[in-house]
Amino acid sequence: MKISVIVFPGSNCDRDVSVSLKKFSNKDPFMVWHKETSLPDSDLIVLPGGFSYGDYLRCGSMAANSPIMKEVKKSSKNGSAVLGICNGFQILTESGLLPGTLIRNKGLSFLCKNTPLRVENNNSIFTKNYKDKDIINIPIAHNEGNYFASENVIKEIEDKNLVAFRYCNHNGDIDIANNPNGSLNNIAGIINENGNVLGMMPHPERATDKIAGLSDGEKFFTSIIESLK
Amino acid sequence: MIKINKDLIEEHGINEEEYQFILESLNREPSITELGIFSAMWSEHCSYKSSKTWLRKLPTKNSKVIQGPGENAGVIDLGDGDAAVFKMESHNHPSFIEPYQGAATGVGGIMRDVFTMGARPVALLNSIRFGDVSHPKTKHLLNGVVSGIGGYGNCMGVPTVGGEVEFNSCYNDNILVNAMCVGVARIDKIFYSKATGIGNSVVYVGSKTGRDGIHGATMASAEFDDDSDEKRPTVQVGDPFAEKLLLEACLELMKKDVIIAIQDMGAAGLTSSAVEMASKGNVGIDLNLDLVPCRETEMSAYEIMLSESQERMLMIIEPDKEQEAKAVFDKWGLDFAIIGILTDTNHLVINHHDQLKAEIRLDILESGAPSYNRPYKIIKEEEFDQSLIKEKNDLPLKILERLLNSPNLCSRKWVWEQYDHMVMNDTVFRPGGDSAIVRVHGTNKGLAISTDSTPRYCSADPIEGGRQVIAESWRNITSVGATPIAITDCMNFGNPEKEEIMGQFAGVVTGMIEACETLNYPVVSGNVSLYNETNGKGINPTPAIGGVGLIEDLNHFSTPHIKREGDNILLLGETNGYLGQSIYAKEILSITSGLPPKVDLKSEKEIGDTVRDLININKIDTVHDVSDGGFLVALAEMSISGNIGVKISLDKENINDKFLFGEDQGRYIISIPDKQMSEITKILNDKEIFFQKVGKAFGKKLIINNNEEVEIENLKNLHENWFNEYLEE
Repeated sequence: MKISVIVFPGSNCDRDVSVSLKKFSNKDPFMVWHKETSLPDSDLIVLPGGFSYGDYLRCGSMAANSPIMKEVKKSSKNGSAVLGICNGFQILTESGLLPGTLIRNKGLSFLCKNTPLRVENNNSIFTKNYKDKDIINIPIAHNEGNYFASENVIKEIEDKNLVAFRYCNHNGDIDIANNPNGSLNNIAGIINENGNVLGMMPHPERATDKIAGLSDGEKFFTSIIESLK
Repeated sequence: MIKINKDLIEEHGINEEEYQFILESLNREPSITELGIFSAMWSEHCSYKSSKTWLRKLPTKNSKVIQGPGENAGVIDLGDGDAAVFKMESHNHPSFIEPYQGAATGVGGIMRDVFTMGARPVALLNSIRFGDVSHPKTKHLLNGVVSGIGGYGNCMGVPTVGGEVEFNSCYNDNILVNAMCVGVARIDKIFYSKATGIGNSVVYVGSKTGRDGIHGATMASAEFDDDSDEKRPTVQVGDPFAEKLLLEACLELMKKDVIIAIQDMGAAGLTSSAVEMASKGNVGIDLNLDLVPCRETEMSAYEIMLSESQERMLMIIEPDKEQEAKAVFDKWGLDFAIIGILTDTNHLVINHHDQLKAEIRLDILESGAPSYNRPYKIIKEEEFDQSLIKEKNDLPLKILERLLNSPNLCSRKWVWEQYDHMVMNDTVFRPGGDSAIVRVHGTNKGLAISTDSTPRYCSADPIEGGRQVIAESWRNITSVGATPIAITDCMNFGNPEKEEIMGQFAGVVTGMIEACETLNYPVVSGNVSLYNETNGKGINPTPAIGGVGLIEDLNHFSTPHIKREGDNILLLGETNGYLGQSIYAKEILSITSGLPPKVDLKSEKEIGDTVRDLININKIDTVHDVSDGGFLVALAEMSISGNIGVKISLDKENINDKFLFGEDQGRYIISIPDKQMSEITKILNDKEIFFQKVGKAFGKKLIINNNEEVEIENLKNLHENWFNEYLEE
């Protein structure tokens, strides 16, 4: 399986996600600089977390117009899997690969903590190794993770079962008290209709190493790698 | 041409004697650019003129030290060819004027000090102090500083893993913002700032130069008054995105064999980097300011030399490697300009618009800088008056509740949740414990790092306080099972021209020397911030200590949270119940007089070394040191973080506030299962370490001798909610 990680100026989780990808795929991913105009043949393209272009203008908006993004869009149309984590999710919504947008957290401050998530859809290549309604502990670290979309977009996402993860508490309760950033319907991650693009604010790559505290992200990576083998 | 007059000289913070020396050395009147250069280089901030006679006495070496003070940062050996590079620095004055940018650029500056040496920054910590919680500016400053620290570090992708926060009215008009950065490098790939090779190119890289921060170093060396807000234009503005690019570009270039010397442009900007680099290499340096990338038009030589625009570096490279170096900076979209050359003249020569703007012999600027042996008087408090303690003030657990919900003992979670403390995926132990633990990437080794200071002790007895800050740092590193190696210090004091302030400095340094020597814990880098006064009132003497230790094998370390019910809780070290300068005395009795607790360095070392062995050899996994708030507060912290209660059983005579809240030094609490009891107690007896069994881990309550009890959940809420409640008020 071939994996590319796109490196934008200001990306800062590119190394972390590469370490996790390598751990489960036994292969170093290609690190692709944002100015490239061609993409190595890839089964999976990862847009990592960070502050691409310093979050200037609007999170993800400048990266969405980077030369390499044309290629990412093309590949996703041709069926390659695309994963956007944190800033990567913001880039996916900015570039139109996923609907909605990510606005400032309701508390107006950056928030870094472990967050319980409920797996809402385990029928995707990204989540198949989880059980339906599994509660997993994955950290968030963002200032603009408040998922927002118009009423009809939200309805469509819900009707088509495109929500991958929702913020919850340790019992799986989904309510405003267990919503760290104000996201509509506690949405933490969504999948596109084709099922090959996923964007999420939490960082699964930060939950693949017991010594650093968490391991609930392991099944996320094994799901993708087994699906795309 | 601007005529130099008395007012101008005074505005530059240069006294009459110093000006006479300038006249004699130059044999003429200085130009305005030269006056500016002298002012910056001879500022307290750059020259350490009041402090260096004392700082020289601090121990700076042990078998692990690779580079001590005098470089951009200190370097220690971590084994296997790995080195840790670290330093702490203050950004107090700018943060008071403009908290977000002041704190942010403090973080940016300290990271440059570390990556300029070839190290990738892997951890940030801080030590921040604000005025009384009721002071009208405190909330604004707290919010601004915390978001500024987070804003910069988060964007850089370097985790902020620890720190300390204190509130005290002495900081009402002079907050402290000290930032520490730790980086990791290969020992054979460390870069230094000594410029060598006559004819080599002087290269400017990074962001463009603007008019921000002109005279920051001079501002940082003066007292504040009510008009300080007018100094806002001297605060620099940070661009963490530019710094992230600069970091990656520098580290990429450092993989090639191109850079001869490199230094960041920090305080006093281009002036101090050019002067320091050339002085270290005993060469001259010619700069053509027409070639400096500027973002504003019509900047004068004076402004370019003194600008403190952020995210800039100065490098020395061989002329035939210019293209190779430029290609890297082009890739990252950063300016790269050859702005000068190294010469054999031993002079700093500045040209701008085809005019000679400055020509100064470098030794006058560096070694000719003034050094003062300022008069000092060490003053300490009277003995603590024990009769002031009224017993049975309240039930102990009621007092505990009040303390856990007080500004200086409550959980700092609100603060550190705003910092990305996990990025880089090597944070093994997160903020909230005694030390943060960060794995050396790709290895099984861990760095233990903490920042500490106890200014109220230093104020009450500078020498004892100096001993205590080092001992406490060493104890925090020890608590997680690491071997303490070395420290960086950030010395925040008032106006050294006052005898009693100089006495605080001299006293604290004296105590530090003794403790650093006994504990084999030398100083490898640091920073001095004096004149922390507003309208003539100084802050408490605040030596912030950033300690670094090594965990050889991350399979064995300890943390404070209680892990198992049924564990035996042991208190190690003697408890005399000393309440002088304790948080209890201040918060409960409103007494702030008296001497602080004594530190016995010899027993400190014995008990600490034993605890470290218990963790590494006997594999105990739960240790917490006893510090602010005393035994009961430390135990409550262990319970709250582990969500397991403790049935405390104490001798009747020990159920008193002295025993429960006294801040006697050199103590640890450990929690061990029954099966380890005989093994551990034998070791403690053999080593003649005083210990007492104080309880058993059990249930979800703290219970004292079956008399009084409280739910852990209640304590947790009190502990964690203070910040939210305070900020929502």
